[in-house]
Amino acid sequence: MPRRVVRSDAAPADPRGNGDLDVCAVATLVAESDPHGNLIALLQRAQGEFGYLPEPVIDEIARLSGLPASRLHGIITFYAQFSTVPSGRHRVCVCHGTACHVAGASRITEALEQELGVCDGDTTADREFTLDSVACMGACSQAPVMRIDDDTFGNLSADRTRKALRDLRQELGLQPPVGAAVGEGGEKHA
Amino acid sequence: MPEQARPSSGPAPAEGVKVTVTPAAGGRRRVSVCAGTACVFAGSMKVRDAFVREVEAAGLAAAVEVRLSGCHGLCSQGPSAIVSDGDVYYPRLREKDVAGVVTGHLAGGVPVDKLLYTDPSTGERIACAHDIPFYRQQTRISLRDVGLIDPESIDEYLARGGYKAARTALTTMTPEAIVEEILASGLRGRGGAGFPTGTKWQFARRSPGEVKYIICNGDEGDPGAFMDASIMDGDPHAVLEGMLIASFAIGAHEGYIYVRAEYPLAVKRLRLAIAAAQERGFLGEDLFGTGWSFAVRIKEGAGAFVCGEETALIASIEGKRGMPRSRPPFPAVSGLWGKPTNINNVETFATVPWVIANGAAAFAAIGSERCKGTKAFSLAGKVVNGGLAEVPMGSTLRHVIFDVGGGIKDGKQFKAVQLGGPSGGCVPASLLDTPVDYESLAATGAIMGSGGMVVADESTCMVDLARYFLQFTQNESCGKCVPCRLGTKRMLEILERITAGKGQDGDIEKLDTLARGIKKTSLCGLGQTAPNPVLTTIRYFRDEYEAHIYEQRCPAGACDALIAYAIDPEACTGCTLCAKKCPTGCISGEKKQPYAIDQSLCIRCDSCRQACKFDAVKVTSGPEQIAAAVAAQAGA
Repeated sequence: MPRRVVRSDAAPADPRGNGDLDVCAVATLVAESDPHGNLIALLQRAQGEFGYLPEPVIDEIARLSGLPASRLHGIITFYAQFSTVPSGRHRVCVCHGTACHVAGASRITEALEQELGVCDGDTTADREFTLDSVACMGACSQAPVMRIDDDTFGNLSADRTRKALRDLRQELGLQPPVGAAVGEGGEKHA
Repeated sequence: MPEQARPSSGPAPAEGVKVTVTPAAGGRRRVSVCAGTACVFAGSMKVRDAFVREVEAAGLAAAVEVRLSGCHGLCSQGPSAIVSDGDVYYPRLREKDVAGVVTGHLAGGVPVDKLLYTDPSTGERIACAHDIPFYRQQTRISLRDVGLIDPESIDEYLARGGYKAARTALTTMTPEAIVEEILASGLRGRGGAGFPTGTKWQFARRSPGEVKYIICNGDEGDPGAFMDASIMDGDPHAVLEGMLIASFAIGAHEGYIYVRAEYPLAVKRLRLAIAAAQERGFLGEDLFGTGWSFAVRIKEGAGAFVCGEETALIASIEGKRGMPRSRPPFPAVSGLWGKPTNINNVETFATVPWVIANGAAAFAAIGSERCKGTKAFSLAGKVVNGGLAEVPMGSTLRHVIFDVGGGIKDGKQFKAVQLGGPSGGCVPASLLDTPVDYESLAATGAIMGSGGMVVADESTCMVDLARYFLQFTQNESCGKCVPCRLGTKRMLEILERITAGKGQDGDIEKLDTLARGIKKTSLCGLGQTAPNPVLTTIRYFRDEYEAHIYEQRCPAGACDALIAYAIDPEACTGCTLCAKKCPTGCISGEKKQPYAIDQSLCIRCDSCRQACKFDAVKVTSGPEQIAAAVAAQAGA
């Protein structure tokens, strides 16, 4: 998707509210990497550092490496791993591999969309959860499966999915469940 | 994992290599808890922790080693553990079962009968892993060590004959002789296309140039395929050893392993393996005293399916957008940074050491006329024994699905098997006796592919499955060539309207025309094969397309827009369970009286049907059928 690239001499504040973004770390990253030989690895490290790739960071990499920002954006928008928007504190990721699809993965995503009030790929307003999907996690025999951060959930149903999310919310003290818990709940495994 | 399933027992440890730990040696018994992805999802980490705890509590810590292993293979029975005394297999372990295994088996010496594997067809309990039909019917070459060894221990790999083949190749064979051996074995690329590996090596060897590269393609992107992941995180040294042999045969001193972004465990295990191999002198300078040097680096993918295509993969390693280019020149002539490059798949590299160790003739003796050796498959979907299965080439699909895979789950009917992921196709029941080899599968319209095998039953809609794959390829199309970028989009739009009940007369023909055009004119393998799922489903399941288009009916009852949930008043007992589970509160009724579903509020989440113990929640499709079912509901 084409994105507008804003260029300015001074490093601008992060437009998404992350005002204290310190792009100084970019200099070290660029110095330690090989931007012309392996730009992907540099961007992976930058994303590891900042959690995502904010506009000022992209511009700073472009400035220090002498590469056109368009080249960076070309790579960032090509590979699924890169994101230019910050994600929520917790990543809810539903597998949509073939086995999960035939086992009803779309119902799991729908249940989560309702529960979180966001569409697949979006982040909740409180920045707590990002709902995501991946092509295959390789756990086909436990289909349908999902991951919340590092916790894994297998043999899901819409009902158990809702329960798992409500349990997590309660654990985090986010929004206590209304009334008695609904459903039997998926077993959670660390 | 059964030792007996191996075509040949592991050779003795490599000479001159100090082995500090040998499996099952030194009298220490072992519990191997499966750390394959599916088992981790099923909770194997908790089971491992429980074993550690219980073994400690029983005072057996000195006598029993608890460790994680690569994928045991029978993923649908996870989380599983294998106890070394007697090779006893414990499936579906829960934390609370572990104490029983420790006190009963490890301390008491008697396997815990009620926790053993039960053969679903005979009801008989089977203790030994190698007696379980799923394992007994396999021939494991590329998966020879997966699940048997600790993937993080080079000593365990060495104890099973690891790096012996590389030593033989580098110290006693010429590069030409190695290429000849691989040619004679008949080994063909396991990544999907089936190009003869020896020929590929020969091209790269003969290609002029001082600097050459080896690349291992670990960008296993097909949804539903996890063989390569299992090899990389279950037996990483096998891949390195295969690459080392290839490096010598081709004349390359540098190798890259390109690993899919979604496989962090494989990256971790490969890194450990590379470090260990360097330390022991299997990677680096002057290997085996021959003066040969070889270094391996890992490149982590960043999430793009098209990077499984070799020219796209090379572009990605070079740090660019992973877009394919037209061939020739082939990578063997001009590949990574313009140098001659040889690319093989993970499974191919893992097979190479076996071929060198056991000889081309032993490999060629397995398999069919045109396809030698074995092929690993990941069995998934509606099959009883989901997991990793390696069988000789030429075995029939029926053998793989029904004998190894144990048939269809929940007593349902087999409908089709999807092979080769988004590039492959669906093979119907009438072709179950097709032998598994590149040519026979291609004749059905499917492909061997990398080895994903997803079984569909009567509840799987074939039109929806085709739509699913088209959505996938449409999303992953790099956009470079028009037929793939726009053609798949148009096909997807047609499939979306068909599954939404808005199909039009002539849609099937339009799909067919587009599909043939895209196949003929796309630049790379992604576009050339993207229409396969649609073409095969039209070919074998045209009636399902017609039912969607002309009758607004989904025969499998899977397309949300064409189905309705209704409660059969005859079967409903009024137990209220479904109403409690319904997230929208659209199920109502009097206690002990039949309930009914309000169609205007139902979101088709399937919760009520799954909750019902009396099979009273029915899914119907087709306007008349739905009207009848709704009218029959209580209070209608």
